Amino acid sequence: MSIPFGNEPDADEIEQEEKDLEKNGLHFELSRRRFVQAAGVISAGVAVGLPNVAAETPGSRTQAITLKVNGQSMALSLDTRTSLLDALRESMDLTGSKKGCDHGQCGACTVLIDGRRVNSCLTLAFAAEGSEITTIEGLAKNSDPKDASELHPMQAAFLEHDGYQCGYCTPGQICSAVAAVEEQKRGTLSIVSFHTGKTEHPEMTDEEIKERMSGNICRCGAYPNIVAAVRALVGASA
Amino acid sequence: MKSFSYQRATATEGAIQAGTMRGAKFLAGGTNLVDLMKYGVESPTTLVDINHLELKEIVVSPDGGVRVGALVKNSDLADHSLIKTQYPLLSQALLSGASPQLRNMATTGGNLLQRTRCYYFSDISFPACNKRDPGSGCAAIKGYNRIHAILGQTDKGTTSGESCIATNPSDMNVAMSALGAKVEVEGPKGKRTIPFTEFHKLPGSTPWLDTTLRQDELIVAVTLPPARFAKNAYYLKIRDRNSYAFALISVAAGLELDGGLIKSAGLALGGVALKPWRETEAEKVLAGKPGGPEAFRQAAEILLHGAKGYEHNTFKIELAKQGVVRALSLALRGTTEGMQA
Repeated sequence: MSIPFGNEPDADEIEQEEKDLEKNGLHFELSRRRFVQAAGVISAGVAVGLPNVAAETPGSRTQAITLKVNGQSMALSLDTRTSLLDALRESMDLTGSKKGCDHGQCGACTVLIDGRRVNSCLTLAFAAEGSEITTIEGLAKNSDPKDASELHPMQAAFLEHDGYQCGYCTPGQICSAVAAVEEQKRGTLSIVSFHTGKTEHPEMTDEEIKERMSGNICRCGAYPNIVAAVRALVGASA
Repeated sequence: MKSFSYQRATATEGAIQAGTMRGAKFLAGGTNLVDLMKYGVESPTTLVDINHLELKEIVVSPDGGVRVGALVKNSDLADHSLIKTQYPLLSQALLSGASPQLRNMATTGGNLLQRTRCYYFSDISFPACNKRDPGSGCAAIKGYNRIHAILGQTDKGTTSGESCIATNPSDMNVAMSALGAKVEVEGPKGKRTIPFTEFHKLPGSTPWLDTTLRQDELIVAVTLPPARFAKNAYYLKIRDRNSYAFALISVAAGLELDGGLIKSAGLALGGVALKPWRETEAEKVLAGKPGGPEAFRQAAEILLHGAKGYEHNTFKIELAKQGVVRALSLALRGTTEGMQA
């Protein structure tokens, strides 16, 4: 089977897309699409992980949708097939959430929907309409990426404990860890809680952290430092 | 992915009506369906999003059992106070499956309908799969069949339109089977209740069908009988890595004790057949006994009777037998103590 490449957008399309994004309150200096075009990269569809949904696909169904992400509502027009992950990355310029496997096996796309961690790659954008979506971009108090003064404590803990190597899985790891700590505070159980006989408000031991973070794969193997970051945060707030 | 229209249902009746449309499928958590749509295995023309229906309650039934709404998320079910204290077998099974993210999405009804994880089913570049393309044969019989069935499979050769050696991948289903759950469904012709052992089917001569649910029916709830195994239950899952992997074999074991003797048992195997594998004889043989390796091995032999392995999965027969003994031994030890095997 050949992999269908995304069509290269022409300059007019890019300009229109940028106008659309600006209408939604998004500003940028140089869009990734424009960069790809400027750099003359062929098969950009594969390079940037564009969804397998060509615009000219017969029977394409595009509908209006409003998504509420990081406290801001955005009106969009999307194909019904669009995953929440693709909507965030391709239509909202929120590229913090990453596409690893696109099949719910790696956790790189983890976001919070109404406070619960989910895989955004297996969530249809339309199914998420009406919910409060939080991405990695929405965790810090200050959303300016150049301003690291008011990071979410989990982001700061990952920095402090070097909880990453290449960084690709990190946004998913951090979103997942934020939810994992909240879940533990509520007293939720894991299979480790049963195996250790701690079914009454289990403590966040390393064994618990590993099990509760097992939905996030790190190909670099930064696991010991990820565990250290989560442990530090739990210890600090305990 | 094939194009589809998206509809959001707000009432059960409307959802059932929309579900009768040709090519329509219900969307709950989407963890399996959306995945299979990406692979090109599923291609509904309409998705009826049922996530906003009022099927999210967990309530005590008049008979002292529990009724679980079809849209209760796996994570919420596992952590519900009634379930973790009265039905710890179910909590353990749920928490052994998937990842926290997926459990936050996946629903009770959806988990019942989870399709097999046979590679030859989910990869459309393999032409032979009777489950995906009826009549095309079974590539797994002579393929890499490590995760495949050893019980209840249909093997009439790779080219037969009846052959299928796939397994049901769910952990929840194995516990539900051992607990004696029932499935409540609703369709245009009304409601009916299906005993758990009759909900999933073996491939038989129709391997493309996983369950006895009709095309136009919607699962609305699962009911559990009054709890018998609150104190003595263990879900054993053996897999290639310790978390976030499907079972090679799993065992749901529940014991009801009375004065040091086993009064009744619930026992089901996962990862070995297209449905949770349960034999009432294997449970009956334990009744009236104090338990122990010998009695547990006897139950295991009954449960695995007639098992047949393939090139890559024959090891599962002995693994399952030893798994049964271990799970029953740990169940006998008790739920409240540390259960580290």
